[in-house]
Amino acid sequence: MPTLQDYRGQHPAWCPGCGNFGILKAFKDAMVELNIGPHQFTIVSGIGQAGKFPHYVRCNTFNGLHGRTLPVATGIRLANHEMTVMAFAGDGDCYGEGGNHLIHAIRRNINVKLFVHDNQIYALTKGQASPTSMEGVKTKNQPFGVFSEQMNPMAMAIALDCSFVARGFAGDMKHLTLLMKEAVNHKGFTLIDILQPCVTFNKINTFDWYKQRVYHIEADYNPEDRIAAFQKALEWEDRIPIGIIYRNHRLIPEERIPVIKERPLVRQAVDISKIETTLKEFC
Amino acid sequence: MDYSIKIGGEAGQGIQTIGETLAKVFSRTGCHVFTHQDYESRIRGGHNFYQVRLSDNPVFAPKDKIDIVVALDRESFQHEKELTENGTVIYDSADLKQKYEGPHLLDIPFVALALEHGKDKIMANTVAVGAVLGMLRMDLNNLFEIIKNTFGKKGEDVVQGNIRSAQAGHDFTMKNCERCSFKVETNIRPPQMLISGVEAIALGAIASGLKFYAAYPMTPSTGIMNYIADKEAEYGIIVEQAEDEIAAINMALGASFAGVRAMTGTAGGGFALMVEGLSLAGMTETPVVIALGQRPAPATGLPTRTEQGDLQFALYTAHGEFPRVVLAPGDPEQAFYLTSKAFDLADKYQIPVIILFDQHLADSQWTSAVFDLGRIKYTDYRLRGEAFGNLPEYKRHAFTETGVTPFGVPGETEHLVVTDSDEHDEEGHIVEDAETRKKMLDKRLFKKLPLIRQEIGAPSFYGDEHPEVVLVGWGSTYGVMKEVVDKGEIKGAAMLHFSEICPFPLTEKFDFITVLNNAKTAICIENNATGQFARLMRTETGYDFKYKINKYDGRPFSVDELLRKILTRLVSLSQ
Repeated sequence: MPTLQDYRGQHPAWCPGCGNFGILKAFKDAMVELNIGPHQFTIVSGIGQAGKFPHYVRCNTFNGLHGRTLPVATGIRLANHEMTVMAFAGDGDCYGEGGNHLIHAIRRNINVKLFVHDNQIYALTKGQASPTSMEGVKTKNQPFGVFSEQMNPMAMAIALDCSFVARGFAGDMKHLTLLMKEAVNHKGFTLIDILQPCVTFNKINTFDWYKQRVYHIEADYNPEDRIAAFQKALEWEDRIPIGIIYRNHRLIPEERIPVIKERPLVRQAVDISKIETTLKEFC
Repeated sequence: MDYSIKIGGEAGQGIQTIGETLAKVFSRTGCHVFTHQDYESRIRGGHNFYQVRLSDNPVFAPKDKIDIVVALDRESFQHEKELTENGTVIYDSADLKQKYEGPHLLDIPFVALALEHGKDKIMANTVAVGAVLGMLRMDLNNLFEIIKNTFGKKGEDVVQGNIRSAQAGHDFTMKNCERCSFKVETNIRPPQMLISGVEAIALGAIASGLKFYAAYPMTPSTGIMNYIADKEAEYGIIVEQAEDEIAAINMALGASFAGVRAMTGTAGGGFALMVEGLSLAGMTETPVVIALGQRPAPATGLPTRTEQGDLQFALYTAHGEFPRVVLAPGDPEQAFYLTSKAFDLADKYQIPVIILFDQHLADSQWTSAVFDLGRIKYTDYRLRGEAFGNLPEYKRHAFTETGVTPFGVPGETEHLVVTDSDEHDEEGHIVEDAETRKKMLDKRLFKKLPLIRQEIGAPSFYGDEHPEVVLVGWGSTYGVMKEVVDKGEIKGAAMLHFSEICPFPLTEKFDFITVLNNAKTAICIENNATGQFARLMRTETGYDFKYKINKYDGRPFSVDELLRKILTRLVSLSQ
């Protein structure tokens, strides 16, 4: 059984009080409870404060490029579906730069666990609007306020029939740990949008702002009702639901791709003895 | 014996099927065969042609003069002017609703014969194939075998219908083509292969242990994905059609990180999107093979035609400094072996390797001796299972004498595999200190580069041993230059062909600079506008080409055209 100590990575370079610390703690707790050792999973991350996440957890790591976490994670998972593959990205990384990849990862239903640190701002580049910034918010680069409509990743994911759609809050670690465990245990692509206050650049969506609004989704809520889920996903202004918003049971690639039904690609020996026969097809 | 047959028609009429069937018959008969296609970027309509050349001597490129034109549309009559003295156009006046007059025209009722003998209009193309073989006074045995293989699945009726249709076309021209004085001679004992560039690249990849191919379809690279997808089940390969080229290269890098051989393929425009990922491969030292098919650009350019315009792009693109290898095969045989070399070098040195080809190589077919699998080298350089687990510790980017750190497969042992697109320490974690930065760059670039350079093969040198005239080129101009040398019309001619371009070959293996210096005339021949290879030669060696022949109309050089251009140049020089 792994203990918390086993996951201890490098010392985080995040601002004191950053919402990311809650996500880090919740994640390590989830891994201990799931009994997944550091070598048994790979975290793919991009760029931004969330991109640094895997350096602070002992695990296999591919810290790639901004926006490109999901394609790398997809490649790893298709090559080795016995590996638990997770992607950590920020809202700019995943909903902005990598938006197209998100759409298609959902469609593929690749069994990758995506955790989005959603602070509604670009922090590493010091305070520009992100796709989830609320309309009208003024920043250095949007002096007249954000003109674009705030992106709703939950509603978008449900529209695409994403296999698992949830929202968590960095200020509610116990609940977040639970959600992360549910996601890892779910068969299929999972998206958890994690509300993560940026204490330095986002003076609007603060810990208090979220605390006044978030509520746990009711116990009798049925996450398998897609229409109800869509309605739930639209709640934002005064009350923000956290928990599993939508879930379905779609097939995953390893159940569909014949060549990896028995064992993952990485455990299949290279056998080129048939090449001679194949060459004859050209004669 | 050196005949060319041109099949012209609209997209969707089956000109490719007729051309490929004829080419296969010639190949099985023991002729040297070269085919190429000229098609428009559309699914139906337009005017396209497929050209087959057969000879008892090796042929590598198209000729200008045509012996037989199979005209499936009226537009095909524009090729009348390309006919040789005894050349003939065959067509079906009933189908084209137009009767043409002339001694060089032969009206054959393709459709009526198909309906009569095959009971299906669709077999008109088989009538045409039979007719061409009749004109060449060849028997139909090889064709019948091909028909049985192709249509066997569709049932005996379809097979017999096609056989009768072919026979009808054959009988017709045996009887009615008085002008036909063709005589097919062969000097090869089959089997030999008839294969295109994209098929050879795909086969080379499969033979080198490819397990994962991700790509976004784009001419002229799509054929690679098609072929590999066709063999997916047989060889245990995953082909993933990515949402864009950015995803394609990142998926390949993910699969490679996970421990399998991975590849992507695209054209210049798609490669532009991959550039960020190329740099990622450089920083994370993740092996990847990229097949880059050139077509005329900028931007969308001429999507279905050919050019050698992306050499400098392949050599210099991507942010930062890291080693890469660029290989540019000249024909399918080179494409097969160099693809294998690409995988070996990518894995051995943990670098990106680019196979630079073009539409001409991609879509043309050549006959070749059956590939020698003995020349395929497969070494698994990865640390796996116990061998990995038994190491006392593991650091993904540990400093080593050669700069290469053994690459462990994550998940199989308790060792962790960590890498980063940020500058990183030996373990793979982000760093910013100056000392580590410099040491890491030394490891990735300066330690590996001299070793990689040693692996690069010399250019091929062909022709007169002490040449007066040297034709210099790279990539798909190999065949046309070789044939020009073979023609013997240029006194003291030789060819110097580069297929391994980056790192640039050293002169120690073969002193090509002395050859160039000793020649009276050295001409750099390229299918681009500015002479990108000539520029590279000057940068790398200081040798400055005085003479260049460049073609940038989107079409490949023909043998006659190149010879004419060289002779004209030589005459003007001697005056």
